[in-house]
Amino acid sequence: MATELGPTPVKSPASGAAPVHHAPKGVGEDNRIASQGRWASWLLAPTIVALGIVIVYPIISAIVMSFQKDAGLDPATGLFTAGGSAGIQNYVNWLAQQCSAPAGGTVACPPGTLGGQFWSATATTFFFTIVTVTLETVLGFWMAVIMARTFRGRSLVRAAVLVPWAIPTAVTAKLWFFIFAFEGIANKLFNTTILWTGSEWPAKWAVIIADVWKTTPFMALLILAGLQMIPAEVYEAAKVDGASAWQRFRLITLPLVKPALMVAILFRTLDALRMFDLPYILTGGANNTTTLSILVINQIRQGFNSAAALSTITFIIIFLVAFIFVRFLGANVVEQSGATGKGKK
Amino acid sequence: MKTPRFLLPAATAGILALTLSACGGGGGGTTGGGGSDADANLDGRGPITYVQGKDNSNVVRPLIDKWNAAHPNEKVTFKEQTDQADQQHDDLVQHFQAKQSDYDVVDVDVVWTAEFAAKGWLQPLKDKMAIDTSAMLKPTVDSATYKGTLYAAPQTSDGGILYYRKDLVPTPPKTWDEMMSMCSIAKQNNIGCYAGQFSKYEGLTVNASEAINSAGGSVLDKDGKPSVNTAEAKAGLGNLAKAYADGNIPKEAITYKEEDSRQAFQSGKLLFLRNWPYAFNLITTEGSSAVKDKTGLAALPGKSGPGASSLGGHNLATSVYSKNKATALDFMKFMTSAETEKFYATQGSLAPVLGSLYEDQELVAKLPYLPVLKTSIENAVPRPVTPFYPAVTKAIQDNAYSAIKGEKTVDAALSDMQNAIQSAGAGS
Repeated sequence: MATELGPTPVKSPASGAAPVHHAPKGVGEDNRIASQGRWASWLLAPTIVALGIVIVYPIISAIVMSFQKDAGLDPATGLFTAGGSAGIQNYVNWLAQQCSAPAGGTVACPPGTLGGQFWSATATTFFFTIVTVTLETVLGFWMAVIMARTFRGRSLVRAAVLVPWAIPTAVTAKLWFFIFAFEGIANKLFNTTILWTGSEWPAKWAVIIADVWKTTPFMALLILAGLQMIPAEVYEAAKVDGASAWQRFRLITLPLVKPALMVAILFRTLDALRMFDLPYILTGGANNTTTLSILVINQIRQGFNSAAALSTITFIIIFLVAFIFVRFLGANVVEQSGATGKGKK
Repeated sequence: MKTPRFLLPAATAGILALTLSACGGGGGGTTGGGGSDADANLDGRGPITYVQGKDNSNVVRPLIDKWNAAHPNEKVTFKEQTDQADQQHDDLVQHFQAKQSDYDVVDVDVVWTAEFAAKGWLQPLKDKMAIDTSAMLKPTVDSATYKGTLYAAPQTSDGGILYYRKDLVPTPPKTWDEMMSMCSIAKQNNIGCYAGQFSKYEGLTVNASEAINSAGGSVLDKDGKPSVNTAEAKAGLGNLAKAYADGNIPKEAITYKEEDSRQAFQSGKLLFLRNWPYAFNLITTEGSSAVKDKTGLAALPGKSGPGASSLGGHNLATSVYSKNKATALDFMKFMTSAETEKFYATQGSLAPVLGSLYEDQELVAKLPYLPVLKTSIENAVPRPVTPFYPAVTKAIQDNAYSAIKGEKTVDAALSDMQNAIQSAGAGS
């Protein structure tokens, strides 16, 4: 709010009063604005300090760390010694899947090291993201359309739909862990003997099913909010003009709900790219369900600096995806509210 | 015009942040040695803090009350962590890394001891700080020793034991081959033969190391170098892979952790089970148990005699940053005394490290598995004592998992394991 104090008074004389009167009046005004601006920035300072401490400092510190070598062992004493500067070696190691060799230099990471899992973890992360977000969008849309109708017990349905979203992810993961156990409900119910957490594709589907179950309500609610913004008259007019249900959906609902839908998809995509607790608890990352975040957490216990490099890489990947969404797919998270605000004025 | 004015507070903020980062002392730099810290405050006496994971069976508080009553000037405060091992580990790392003196005596899992010692965070227990370990079972002392120096006082221990169906198997098998030959009995009764914990997690490291050690191999040699590319290690891991391929280890065992395997045995679906002693009470007393009176206990089967169990348990260590190390030492001695160990065993079912207690009639009456457990611990090999434990355990888990499932040959898996452990130690 405080930031608006500066620009708004500047605009009003420019647009309102005649240019002749503006010049002399502007001098006093400028001083007032200036002192106001200074006052405002001092008021803002505590917030900036707080943001600096909790956001900027950790990020910079992590980036600085990512250019340091991890502590190595001094063979004589058996104690760790600081690693010194690494340049971009940590980044190169991750991207090229290289590990330190005993004789110095690097070799391709053997199976059973975190370094050898970077690209498979990246692929797994994107696979989970694409599949879960697609399923959640379709199911969420369907649920939103149902919830948007007026019927008896609508509020009950809305509340019930929220339940999976309200349960903490760790608890959800543990629930599904029991469901997918060999002696669990899933196998009992379908009379199967699938090793859900014991082989690759069942394990991946177990994670996807649990994630879709958990986050579809979030999707549904965001889309529902978008649906309720569409005025009923538009539909009535379309009906009068003889548009079919499919035409109304394709030509009215979809375009009008698109801003809300894109924001929902963007949020879910960024969330899914960071997926950690569900696969970590459900499968422990076994059978190719290790996501980038799991890799980061595991690496933290083996060496901070290398983990800092990996989390910076993860951050860049997620940032790029978000950028593509905002820039090319029209997910206007930032500008939309300002634009509509101005339009109303 | 507006920008510079705006910059002033921003610059203030920036300077503040820089000052703060200077106070933080740079995140990543772990300086080894700690030589000066290890020599300081050896005679310090005064109040100290004891740090341990969640005290589920309420054994720590009564002991600390007892200590505090006797030492009014050297009171111990109990700092209780969560019950998650990973979180306990990370909490300790954060405090040590910041060189904080507020954690005096800490409870460390056997597998963290080498890592913390190599970081220079643990007070070497020698000279003035020496403790007497002669009455303790040797493998437990080994688990607290890094590069020939004792860094922690063994406090509780744990070893794997073999649960078997005594109604179906009259005498328990002594060797792995003998056990495999008894699997026909399981087939006749239409149940699984043997299971341990083969899901890809820490339990698999325990089981795979046991298989390798029991066959006469080892994961790391005396110098801490990997040694899994040997005929013995191949025979050991090969035993598990072959049993899984044969069906002697049921297919679902690849998803088993401790509790799943216990439930499978408890519902009568297994002839043999490798598990920790904790399962005994549950198997023999839980209402749902189908094998209450049909469960026998034996040492793990090995190549020609008892197998080599992996060791669990916890050690007590003093932080090098502690201000009151003399008090800390006395408290460690108190916490590892025979009396305390007995209290731990009766109240918390935690296995003692003192050999004599395993013959204590009163204890054996309460915990009937003690004699078997003693054999297990006496023959045990600590899990690899290495400061790179997280990387080593990952190398073992990933490759053993592939080998057992048959995705890789045992030879390929062990050669990958060898390389992965080597690269873990080479990281510098």
